[in-house]
Amino acid sequence: MAKLSRRSFLRGSLQGAMVGMGLPLLNCFLNDSGKAMAATGQRIPVRFGTWIWGCGHIPELWVPEQTGREYVMPAHLQPIERYREKLALLSGFDVKLDGVPNKPHVTGCFGLRTGIPVPDRQVKAPTFDVLIADAIADTRFRSVEVCSAGIQRSYSYRDAGSPNPSETSPLALYQRLFGEGFQNPNNATFTPDPNYMVHKSVLSAVQEERQALMRAVGAEDRQRLDEYFTSVRELEQKLALQLQPPAPVQNFLLPDSPNEAAVDSEISNVLENHRIMAGLLARALQCNQTKVFNVLFSDTASNLRRPGVSSTHHTLTHEEPVDPKLGHQREVAWFAEQSMLAWRDFLDAIDGIPEGDGTLLDNCLVLAHSDCSIAKSHAVEGIPAMIAGSAGGRIRTGFHLAGNADPITRIGLTVQQAMGLPVASWGGLSMETNRTITELLV
Amino acid sequence: MITKRLFIIPFVLLSVISGCGDYGSRDALSEPEPVGGPPLLRRLTESQYHATVADIFGSDVPVVARFGRALRSDGLISVGTGEAGISPFSLEQYDSAARGVADYILAAERREKYLSCAPENMSEFDENCATDFVQTYGEKLFRRPLSDAQLARYVDAVKQGSAHLGDFYAGLKYGLVGLMTAPEFTFRIERVDQDSDGVRQLDAYSKATRLSYFLTNSTPDQELLRAAKDGELDTPSGVEVQVKRLQSSDKFELAVRAFFTDMLEFDLFDDLAKDSEIYPAFNSKVAADAQEQTLRTITYQLLERHGDYRDLFTTRETFLTRALGVVYRVPVPSRSGWEKTEFPIESGRAGIQTHVSFLGLHSHPGRSSPTLRGAAIREVFLCQEVPDPPPDVDFSAIDDPEGNPMPTARDRLWAHNSQAACAGCHKIMDPPGFALENFDGLGSWRQLENGAEIDASGSLDGLDFSKPSEFGAALSQHPETPRCLAEKMYRFAVGRDTVWYERSYMDYLIAKFEDHNYRVPELMRTIALSKNFFAIAAHQEHIAELADRSE
Repeated sequence: MAKLSRRSFLRGSLQGAMVGMGLPLLNCFLNDSGKAMAATGQRIPVRFGTWIWGCGHIPELWVPEQTGREYVMPAHLQPIERYREKLALLSGFDVKLDGVPNKPHVTGCFGLRTGIPVPDRQVKAPTFDVLIADAIADTRFRSVEVCSAGIQRSYSYRDAGSPNPSETSPLALYQRLFGEGFQNPNNATFTPDPNYMVHKSVLSAVQEERQALMRAVGAEDRQRLDEYFTSVRELEQKLALQLQPPAPVQNFLLPDSPNEAAVDSEISNVLENHRIMAGLLARALQCNQTKVFNVLFSDTASNLRRPGVSSTHHTLTHEEPVDPKLGHQREVAWFAEQSMLAWRDFLDAIDGIPEGDGTLLDNCLVLAHSDCSIAKSHAVEGIPAMIAGSAGGRIRTGFHLAGNADPITRIGLTVQQAMGLPVASWGGLSMETNRTITELLV
Repeated sequence: MITKRLFIIPFVLLSVISGCGDYGSRDALSEPEPVGGPPLLRRLTESQYHATVADIFGSDVPVVARFGRALRSDGLISVGTGEAGISPFSLEQYDSAARGVADYILAAERREKYLSCAPENMSEFDENCATDFVQTYGEKLFRRPLSDAQLARYVDAVKQGSAHLGDFYAGLKYGLVGLMTAPEFTFRIERVDQDSDGVRQLDAYSKATRLSYFLTNSTPDQELLRAAKDGELDTPSGVEVQVKRLQSSDKFELAVRAFFTDMLEFDLFDDLAKDSEIYPAFNSKVAADAQEQTLRTITYQLLERHGDYRDLFTTRETFLTRALGVVYRVPVPSRSGWEKTEFPIESGRAGIQTHVSFLGLHSHPGRSSPTLRGAAIREVFLCQEVPDPPPDVDFSAIDDPEGNPMPTARDRLWAHNSQAACAGCHKIMDPPGFALENFDGLGSWRQLENGAEIDASGSLDGLDFSKPSEFGAALSQHPETPRCLAEKMYRFAVGRDTVWYERSYMDYLIAKFEDHNYRVPELMRTIALSKNFFAIAAHQEHIAELADRSE
């Protein structure tokens, strides 16, 4: 450990509980048990996120031939070569359909995220990001969903009736994260606003009707009301946070408000909006506005398109003939490569923020995945996925692992365990698994 | 379930089960015994929320909220409202809207208009005034009088707020924020009661609410709440008086608009994008005007002219703005605003299914789609469900690498008919879609696609056509067209899918609709006056009656 000297130096300082402000600000130190702490004395939280791109991959351009650490990144992974030590590549894991009709671009995505394939959007279990947020969220936002392709939907569901909508405009995202209610962690003074206290207590009053209402409705509606009151309680907790001074954050700079932008599925607009939203999200993670996020780069039936062209990425996957020289669809491959370029932009944003003795990315677990492997045939076998970031030291990266047709729920199970959830087994029918991907866990 | 689900089997068009109903000895024009459904917990739709706030506080009150995409179920958002939950994001939005409304109405320059009292000292709590405020707005927002416990709770919230903030009006603000974030406001929570014969039905205030949102798309007004309180909604004559009153009010048109906005899936416009190089005429104004054009055409035909629903598919009368005139290539002399006009016969355009709001909505960003349009004709207007495509389809035949030219969509889709797995559905979806191929991906007329003449002929379940206007005539004559409307209207009214046991009731609605020459306001009246509209199905014992509401 290169930081030994720093640790020994600070251990002394820590006995006094607080590091005096007169000390030169060190980027980070480790406490006695070796957990990462920021110079401010706050434990650095571990965050979880997902990043989805639509329409899968071109296997020969994406899946490395070798497994383990010494693998060669094929053409479409080249953009993220510089992150190879921070990535765990997961190929060859399947959604097992168990006879459930495969709704193109939907069944695979929800199968991966809920552990149970469904023939539509009527999910039978919460998506894992919601389960993780339930366990770790103690921030202003329980989770933040964004989509850069102009689609308001997300693949984050508590249940079929309540998907979390995505923000599609960078400006709206900025206002939600850094507008009203945002407290700059590095402000010199903190004065709690008594309005928050009053607002919070009226929300308690709203919840007093709970018992009476629960008795007045049927079983299914009881569940919906319960969810309603959970949302009210969360808002109450959010207000409670506003009454406490925010923990100071090193290197935090309030981002500038973005301009009003064109929000649609034209590829250059999508890439630009994605870059801006990734930057905003990174800043929000840095100052603990949320611990969980879901990014939809392109919808699963990808609506991305080039200007003046009548086909979208998705329609091309079905209609473009295979180029006999290349052996694959040329235009589809172009979009598939753009998706990985966008993923690199996302990693740049998260990894660009120093935190502790590393970067924000090191304290994240980001699962990037698609909805299918070969979009032309809507195959849900071998859906490409990868993990970025080491979750504050809980996840091992730097290798390629082939799933050999194992159920893809092994990934969902493992990330939940890495995030500290006490779950031993996850998924339904042939997707049920208790087999943690041990190679991933430290 | 009554099923209008048309499971498509190659070469066989199944007839709809409810169409084979046995009328027996019963007169088809008298209502069968009520069946009813469960009491529902329905979330207000976005348009209902806006209308409700405007009716309670005035139309100038700003609503600062971004409602997420509504949940659509069984073809309608109205049915989705009975299933939708409220995510933390949605609650944030309700909360923000509530604070906006409270700040607005309690602003120093406006508060007098909203309050019938004032405290002696602005910085101190005034119990009488707070009670009056909470009682008045609580009843409007919850659509029934507050229980004693509710009243005490919110008055206490005002008291706490006044004390903490040293300002009575700030206390009122948070009292109102509480009322507006309560589920009793954001949801319509239906309560069950028994009539004099012991039959279970909605209680009077739930009846008022169901009637009001069905016939005005908004909250019950003072008169309707009074009728509920005085027991008038528990008698057929009392209901009839109110139905007549609501149907003759200006707001009835808003209900008709709400229904068609829902049925025609205009919420999809939120995600609609067109390629600006291919369709330079498309912009957000065209998108907004296209919806308004169709709604104006519908209300003109159905309300102003009191016309036959089926004529919506053949009418050439419409309303245009200049922005739309560019797309339709029809001159619109007025520089701004709407103009009543008629598509020329030679334009080939007739019926709402030839409007941009249908053609552009059910197309790709850069081209038309006979498949999307055909599926929409089946699902939206005929209540027939088209299954998803099989997961593993080889589309490569569509672009023949050998270079055989396939200039038109009909040529390209013909390829599907060579594959049995595809042919079954495409034979059902494509004919109505091909009928509209003379309209490009935005909705402008075209004679040729890639230099080849477009063939818009075909047959809709046995009704032949050779061009778009004849297709409209076929759609208007299709027996499922009015049946589908009646069924969707009923689902819209009650907020749920129909159940199997309601099939004779559906037959009754359809017979009455026919008897009224397919007049939509009469159909809505028939529904509102029917016993089934308020009935609660038996076996809902797990739901306590409203006895313990006052705790």
